[in-house]
Amino acid sequence: MIDWSGYIALILDGAWVTIKLTIMGSALALVVAFAAGLGRMSRFFAVRTLATVYIEFFRGTSIFVQLFWVYFVLPFAGITLTPLQAGVLALGLNVGAYGAEVVRGAVRAIGREQHEACVALNLGRYHRMRYIILPQALPLMLPTFGNNAIELLKGTAVVSLISLSDMTFQAQVVRAQTGNTLVPFATILVLYFAMAWAISAGVRWLERRATRGLDGVRV
Amino acid sequence: MEWDWAFVWQIMPTLLEGLKITIIATVLGAIVAAVFGMVLAIARRSSNRLVSRSVGFAADFIRGTPLLVQLYFIFYVLPDIGIRLSPLTAGVIGLGIHYGTYAAEVYRAGIDNVPRGQWEAARAANLSMRQSWIHVVLPQAIPPMIPALANYFIAMFKETPLLSAITVLELMNQAKSIANSNYRYIEPITMVGVFFLVISLISVVALRWLEERYARVDER
Repeated sequence: MIDWSGYIALILDGAWVTIKLTIMGSALALVVAFAAGLGRMSRFFAVRTLATVYIEFFRGTSIFVQLFWVYFVLPFAGITLTPLQAGVLALGLNVGAYGAEVVRGAVRAIGREQHEACVALNLGRYHRMRYIILPQALPLMLPTFGNNAIELLKGTAVVSLISLSDMTFQAQVVRAQTGNTLVPFATILVLYFAMAWAISAGVRWLERRATRGLDGVRV
Repeated sequence: MEWDWAFVWQIMPTLLEGLKITIIATVLGAIVAAVFGMVLAIARRSSNRLVSRSVGFAADFIRGTPLLVQLYFIFYVLPDIGIRLSPLTAGVIGLGIHYGTYAAEVYRAGIDNVPRGQWEAARAANLSMRQSWIHVVLPQAIPPMIPALANYFIAMFKETPLLSAITVLELMNQAKSIANSNYRYIEPITMVGVFFLVISLISVVALRWLEERYARVDER
C-alpha cells in the first residue's frame, strides 16, 4: 500500500500555487478590465482603438496559446519571465479582456437619464463615473466577474504545461511516482471544485454588500 | 532572433495538418456537446428530484473544474478500469462533456423562455407530450439558442490546444514539436496565434449574422 501523506502534501503545495495564481491573476484582470472597458468608451479615437484591439486579440486566441507566447516568444524580445510571472500575466490579460466587455456592458446599461442628471448637476467626467455611474454599474458586473474568476481558476491548470508546479502539475508528478491515477486526479478535481465554490460564495457575499442601499433604486 | 518568412512557409504544411485535426476535434466535440447537453437539460427537468438534483450537481462539478484535468482524468484514469481510448477520442469526449454542461444551460434557458401559455395551449389542443415538445416548444425554443450555442462552440474551438497535453497531434502540438526540433519558437507559436485569431474573428462575424438572423423572436 502506498503511503499517501507525502503525496497529499505535494498536491497541497500545488494547491497553494494555484490559489496564488488565481488571486494575482484576478487582481491583474480586474485592473485591466476597468482600464480596457472604460478605454473602449473613451472620447479619444486612439484609446478606443487600442482597447478594442487588445480585447479582440485576447478574446480571439486561447489562454494556452497566449501563455506559450508569453513564455517562449517574449524572451526573444529580451523579456524573460519566470513561469509564475508568465502565468499571472497571461491569465490576467486573458480574463481582463473578457472582464472589459463586462465593464462596458454594465456601464452601458446605466440609463441616459443618469448621465443627463450628472450634466445638469455640473459634475465632471471623473466624478460622474466615480460617484454616479460605477456605484450603480458595479452590482451588475459582479455576477459575471464571479464567473470570470472561476474561468481564471480553471485556466490556471494550463500553467502546469509551462512547468509551473501548480496543482495539476503536482498531480502529474504523483501519477508518475506512484503509477496511481485515480487518487491524484480525483483529489485535485475535488479541490478545484471547492475553490470554485468558494469563489461563487464570495461573490454572492460581495453582491449583497454592493447592493446594500440600492434597494428601490434599481428595477 | 529575427522573424524568418522562409521558415514560416517551410513549416506551413505541418501546421495545416495540425489545423485539420483541430477542426475535426472541434466539430466532433460540438456534436457530442450538443447531444450530451440536451440529455443533461432533459434530465434536469425530470420530475424525479433525485435525478434532477444529482444531474445538476454533476453539471456544476464539471463546469467548476478545469478541462485540462478532466482530459487527464479521461486519458489516464479510464484505462485503469479497462476503457482504453485513442487520444483524439478521449479529447473529443472531454470537450463534449465539458461544453455539454454549458450547452445544457443554454437549452434550459431556451426552454424556460417558452411562455407557459404555449404548453397550456398544446395541452388544450390535445397534443401528446411528445407532440407538444416537437411541434410547439422546440421550434420556438431552438432559434434563440443558436447564437449562444455558437458562442460556446467558438470558445471550445479556442480550448482545443489543450488536447496537445494528451498527445493529440493538433495545431498546437505540431507547432510545439516544430519548435522543439528547430529551436525556433517565434514563428510556430505566433502562427498558431494567428490561425486562431483569424478563425475566431471570422466566427465572430458569423456569430453576429446568426444573432441578427435568429436572436429576435419577438419581432417576428
